[in-house]
Amino acid sequence: MADPASRDADHPVRGTRAVKLACRGLWKVFGTSADRFQAMLPGTPSAADLHGAGLIAAVRNVEFAIHEGEIFVIMGLSGSGKSTLVRCLSRLVEPSAGQVLFDGRDLLKATETELIEIRRHKMGMVFQNFALLPHLTVLGNVAFPLEVQGVERQAREARAREMIELVGLKGRESCYPRELSGGQQQRVGIARSLAVKPDIWFLDEPFSALDPLIRREMQDEFLRIQSVLKKTIAFITHDFDEAIRLADRIAIMKDGEIIQIGTPEQLITHPATAYVSEFTRDIPRAKVLSVRALMRAPDERVEYAGQVRAEARVASVARQIVESPQPHAVVDGSSAIVGMIDRQQVIDLLVRQDGGQERPK
Amino acid sequence: MTAGTAAAVRVDTATPRSAVPWAWATIAVLAVCLYLGRAAAPWAVTFPEEWTLPAQAWVSRFVKWLYEDASLGLFTFQELTRAISWVLQWPLEAAKSLLSGGFVRGMGQQAVLIWPPLSWVGAIGVVTVMSLYARDWRLGLLVCGCFLYIAVFGQWHSAMITLSSIVIAVPLGVAGGLLLGILAFRHPMFERAITPIMDLMQTVPVFAYLVPILVLFGFNPVAAMIATIIYALPPMVRNTTLALRRVPTEIVEFGRMAGCSRGQLTWRVMVPAARGGLMIGVNQVIMLSLNMVIIASMIGAGGLGRDVLTALRSLNFGAGLEASIAITLLAIALDRLSQAYAARPPSAQSPGESRPRWRRHPHLLAATAVVAASWLLGWLIPAVQQYPEELQVTTGPLINETMKWLNVNFFDLIEALKAWVLLNFMVPIKRLFVALPWAAVVAALAYAGWRLGRWRLALLVAALAGFIAVTGQWEKAMQTLYLCGLATLLACALGIPVGILAARHERLNRVVQVIIDTLQTLPAFAYLMPVVMLFRVGDFTAMLAVIAYAIVFPVRYTIFGIRQIDPTLVEAAVASGCTRRQLLWKVQLPLAFPEIMLGVNQTILMALSMLVITALVGTRELGQEVYIALAKADVGRGVVAGVCIAFMAIIADRLIQPWVAARKHRLGIA
Repeated sequence: MADPASRDADHPVRGTRAVKLACRGLWKVFGTSADRFQAMLPGTPSAADLHGAGLIAAVRNVEFAIHEGEIFVIMGLSGSGKSTLVRCLSRLVEPSAGQVLFDGRDLLKATETELIEIRRHKMGMVFQNFALLPHLTVLGNVAFPLEVQGVERQAREARAREMIELVGLKGRESCYPRELSGGQQQRVGIARSLAVKPDIWFLDEPFSALDPLIRREMQDEFLRIQSVLKKTIAFITHDFDEAIRLADRIAIMKDGEIIQIGTPEQLITHPATAYVSEFTRDIPRAKVLSVRALMRAPDERVEYAGQVRAEARVASVARQIVESPQPHAVVDGSSAIVGMIDRQQVIDLLVRQDGGQERPK
Repeated sequence: MTAGTAAAVRVDTATPRSAVPWAWATIAVLAVCLYLGRAAAPWAVTFPEEWTLPAQAWVSRFVKWLYEDASLGLFTFQELTRAISWVLQWPLEAAKSLLSGGFVRGMGQQAVLIWPPLSWVGAIGVVTVMSLYARDWRLGLLVCGCFLYIAVFGQWHSAMITLSSIVIAVPLGVAGGLLLGILAFRHPMFERAITPIMDLMQTVPVFAYLVPILVLFGFNPVAAMIATIIYALPPMVRNTTLALRRVPTEIVEFGRMAGCSRGQLTWRVMVPAARGGLMIGVNQVIMLSLNMVIIASMIGAGGLGRDVLTALRSLNFGAGLEASIAITLLAIALDRLSQAYAARPPSAQSPGESRPRWRRHPHLLAATAVVAASWLLGWLIPAVQQYPEELQVTTGPLINETMKWLNVNFFDLIEALKAWVLLNFMVPIKRLFVALPWAAVVAALAYAGWRLGRWRLALLVAALAGFIAVTGQWEKAMQTLYLCGLATLLACALGIPVGILAARHERLNRVVQVIIDTLQTLPAFAYLMPVVMLFRVGDFTAMLAVIAYAIVFPVRYTIFGIRQIDPTLVEAAVASGCTRRQLLWKVQLPLAFPEIMLGVNQTILMALSMLVITALVGTRELGQEVYIALAKADVGRGVVAGVCIAFMAIIADRLIQPWVAARKHRLGIA
């Protein structure tokens, strides 16, 4: 795996925003003889080494950096260690070794009291099965994190009402969780996690317990909320489609290790291993790939039918390109021509990769 | 023992199967040889007296020292017990005044009533409003009916004395259990320390710890209440740790992510989230407290318990039955009420929180209104304050007459039946048990323990059985084993078929469920009364009472065992052409068998606890020892006999549980 910083070079928010949360050499091993693990450091013990010591590693030497305002998706199948990883980031699970840097400060060195303060004011988390308190109303649940901070009733209820309105549950304030559908319950979970205006927002498979249609609706809702709030997000999922849809960058995890970090497009165009390409195989590429990834060098002799932006997804401009016999010019942000693209390239992409099933909208 | 045998045969993998019957045969031969050769080695058959340890004297001396000389630094132990009594006396007195006696100034003859107790109309009104709040008018009718019966049958005064000790004991038991449970949940060390103590507390018959409490706290209602709390506490502790452990991990994680301190996490996240499980504990505390009502009256509790005990002692069945029924109805009312509260969802307030405060709690308002109105009316109309005596009904004389008639006309028949069973059935078995050489029994138990849990279990079982022998209780323990074993066997022989039928026929099941729910609400003494009426005293009566008390468990576990079988297995069996009989014998029973064995285990435990109560009707086993010790305030005798009973229960439990676990594991349903 390459140095995370060089990967960031391809990222749109690179350089412009600070790193919010980073982890370095993060390990979580389970087993009775934890001191034996300490003895293996600072090397990189293999799975066999650990097994020999009666240890199981759920998180193995993980490194990444999440930038401010970024949606960072950690994707892996069950048992890949992604849930343990996200819990290490908030120290719900105590990591065995490494660093978790939050605003440049190592969380693993924070005392219990400091940690409580950080969680109260700077972190929010959404859980797979909602984790709503059954004895509190929607309002009570959303206001709860403020209540434990000691915010007075008026202020916390006003803030809670604001959040409930944000997630579209206005009018349901006095319902109890069991009176709500799964989607509504997760909206409450989202509102609750945002009530304290967190700097970092953890979402642990927030939509996995929902039906597919609701899931899609919630994903849209999530993107809408993020477009307003612009939080720094660590989002866990086992669903690659979801990851592609939501992520600025994706980290793919397997057996506790991160095997690749990149934008959805990078994962599809340059999968690091066969495991990654296995995931990307059935992804509708036109929706993920940008025109830039598909274009060829410009030819000055050609007469262009029009212009498309290099950053645009192929799917969004496919109709325009396919309907014209002439190629289109590809332009960058400053309207300079950087390449060209014609109907055959687009058709090839649509037909070959998607088996002709996907039609551009 | 049969369980042990079967278990051994099935569980073992290390020893070849063919060796197992040989091992058992060897032990049987050993037993016979020891018995035949008892002239040569009498010590192996009857435990020699000179080997016994004076454990009873030690315990008595210890408690005497505790009471007379022990000092805890700043104050003595005696001062501590007196302080506890003094503190508990106040709420108890207040509750009693409120519900039954009224608040008075002065003592004895000069007492002046300054405030009357809650009138019967008021009390019934309050409990009815409570049940309306908790569920609906149907529960209201039931609860109202129960209390009305108590008033009409002239049990009001006693019932309110009983209720006053319940309303103080239950909150204390719940609070204590909750705190201990939370501690146990937080500190595994603490849990490991209290688990064996609680095991012992739940298996030692209550009578046994009445004796030290009697010595330490005296003969009075406070001592009785302390005994009640101690008795009712362990299930609350267990339920608390269990309920807290069952709170979904995500909820706990959420609490931590919200930045809860430890206290906030416990009281504002985990305890409310565990409410359902905790309420089961509360319900159990209530039921156990009521179960203690009669027993507690042996060390000074008044009320219905004392009425029953007095009636039982003077063989006044009519009065005893009425008071027993009153206890039962009180138990049913409180049980259903507390269950309804447990199941009650948090009320959905409409957003109209602008309503005036008093309108938000209509039930509280109604209850206050009822109390106030009945109090005002009570001054004007005495019948509202106190249920008029001339309207009281009693079935006592009628029952006594019926008993007399039955005894005059059917005495010979009943006696003949009893004598026949005793002579042909019970006495020979008893002789066999008493004649068993103790060494052989200990060896057999140890072997069973070794088969199921290797050396650890073998040592535990042998040590527990050895304790019984060493403390000189062997013969009495064997008599206990014979009564308990017979009762368990018969209860299972009757209960398991009923359970099977009920599990296979939905309509029958509904009827059976109602019956066993009701039977489980009855206090243990209620079973004794009718049996004594018909069969007088003795082992036969005791056995019938134990069977009646314990039969619920084989029925319940059998139904559960058959019902919890994966329906696809049953469908697969039917699809492959099983007849109903084949389905039962080849699929349902084998798969339900582990559950049924748990039922047998529970039956044994219940039979042992009931045996102590049946000591009242003159058995000659360990229970009787405890009972005599109570009468003589002989701490050592009572505690040692009680611990022996507990050890018997623990032996049964420790042998059956691993067997069931191994069996389930083999069936892949663990």
